[in-house]
Amino acid sequence: MTVPASTGSHREIFLSGIWSNSPGMAQLLGLCPLLAVSRTLVAGLALGIATLLVVCATNALVSLTRHWIDARVRLPALVLIIAAFVTSVDLLFKAWWFELYGEIGLFIPLIVTNCVILSRAEAFASRNPLLPSLLDGLGHGLGFLLVLAALGTVRELLGNGLLVASLPPGGFFALAGLIALRNFIQHKRTADP
Amino acid sequence: MAGQEQELGMPVRANRPGWQAVASLAGFAAAAGLVVGLAWDSARERIADNEARRVLVELSAVLPAALYDNEPHRDMIRLALPDDEPRQIWRARRAGKPVAAVLTSLAPDGYSGQIRLLVAVTIDGRILGVRVTSHSETPGIGDVIEADKSAWIGSFDGRSLGEPEESRWRLRKDGGDIDAITGATISSRAVVAATRRAMQYFRRHREDIFAIPAGSPAATSGD
Ligand SMILES: Cc1cc2nc3c(=O)[nH]c(=O)nc-3n(C[C@H](O)[C@H](O)[C@H](O)COP(=O)(O)O)c2cc1C
Repeated sequence: MTVPASTGSHREIFLSGIWSNSPGMAQLLGLCPLLAVSRTLVAGLALGIATLLVVCATNALVSLTRHWIDARVRLPALVLIIAAFVTSVDLLFKAWWFELYGEIGLFIPLIVTNCVILSRAEAFASRNPLLPSLLDGLGHGLGFLLVLAALGTVRELLGNGLLVASLPPGGFFALAGLIALRNFIQHKRTADP
Repeated sequence: MAGQEQELGMPVRANRPGWQAVASLAGFAAAAGLVVGLAWDSARERIADNEARRVLVELSAVLPAALYDNEPHRDMIRLALPDDEPRQIWRARRAGKPVAAVLTSLAPDGYSGQIRLLVAVTIDGRILGVRVTSHSETPGIGDVIEADKSAWIGSFDGRSLGEPEESRWRLRKDGGDIDAITGATISSRAVVAATRRAMQYFRRHREDIFAIPAGSPAATSGD
C-alpha cells in the first residue's frame, strides 16, 4: 500500500491525494461507489462530500487518539471509528439532504467499505499529528470527490445522446478515459520537466 | 514536523497485558457510540419530518383533489395532549371548513421495534388511507406492510370505528374482523392497533384538532 507521505510539506501532503496518489485514478481504490454513483454530477458530488467528511473526521480522530490505540486492536478500533462516522454522515444526509438521499442513500453506508478511508487512517493518521492528518484527509477526500464529479459530468453529458454512458459499462469507459488522461499528463511531465 | 513520529508511532508493545488491548478497544467502542448518539440526537426530528412529508405527498395523491382547496402540508400542528400520544396533524379544508386530517401514529410493538404510520381520515371518521413512513421489520416478511410491497395496507380504506365494530378492530386471531398478513402477524397486529388508536384519538379531539391555528404556541407547547 501507499507509503505515508509524512516527510513532505503540508502542501505536498494535501496535493498527493488530489493527483499523484489520487484514490480514484492512481490507487484505483473505492471504485465500487465511484462507478455506481457517478451517473450524474449532483449524485457524484454528494457521495464525494459524504466521503470527504468521513475521511477527514476519521483522520482527525485517529490522529488525536493515536497514542491510545493498542497496536494489537488497531484494525478493529479503526473500523469502529469509521463505522461511527459513516453512520453519522448517513443520518445527517437523511436529515438535511433528504431529496438527494433518495438517490444516493443506498451507497452512503457502503462508504464504510471504501478502502481509501481505512488506508489513510492506517497508513497516515495513526502515525502523524493532527494538522498533517487533516490535510491528508482533505486531499484524498477532495481527490476522490473530483474524480466522482468529473465522471458524473462526463456521463451526464454523454448520457443524453449516448445511452451506454449512463449504464454501468459507461462508468468503466469514462473512468478508463480519465486514468489514461492522467497517465498521459504524468508521462509528459516526467519526460520533459 | 510530520515525519518525526513515524518510528515512534505504533511501537509493538508485545509484553503489555492483554486487558489493555481490551480496554483500548472498549474505549473506542464507547467513542463510536457517542459519535453516533450525537448525530442521531441532532438528526432524529428532521428525519422523522422528512419521512412524514414524503409520505404525505403520497397520501395527498390518495386524498381526492376535489375534497380540499387548502394546502394540507402547510396546515400542520403538533399536538401533545396530556395522557395521549404526541402527534403531528395536517388538516385538509374546503372553503375554510374541515374535511379531513392526516395523523401520525406510532406503533411501538412491531416485530423489530417501532413502526411509524400516517392515517388519513375524513371529518366523519372514515379512513382515506394508511401508509407506513418508517419501520425496521424483516425484509421479505414484515415489510409487506409497505404499500409498495403488498395491497394489505389498502384494506383499511373506507373503514371507520363502526366498520367493523370498535371492539372488533383487531386481527381475526385476536377475536376481531381484520385479516393479518400471512407470516407477519406481529407486524400486522402492531399496525392495526396503531391505526385504531389514531382513529380513537381523532374522534376524541376532532374539534380541537381543527380549531388550533397552524404553528400556534398552543399547538407546539407540548413539544
Ligand atoms: C428471522 C425471522 C424474522 C421474522 N420477522 C417477522 C416480521 O418482521 N414480522 C412479523 O410479523 N413476523 C416475523 N417473524 C415471524 C414471527 O415470529 C411469527 O412467527 C409470525 O408473526 C407468524 O405468526 P403466526 O404463526 O401466528 O401467523 C419472523 C420470524 C423469523 C424467524
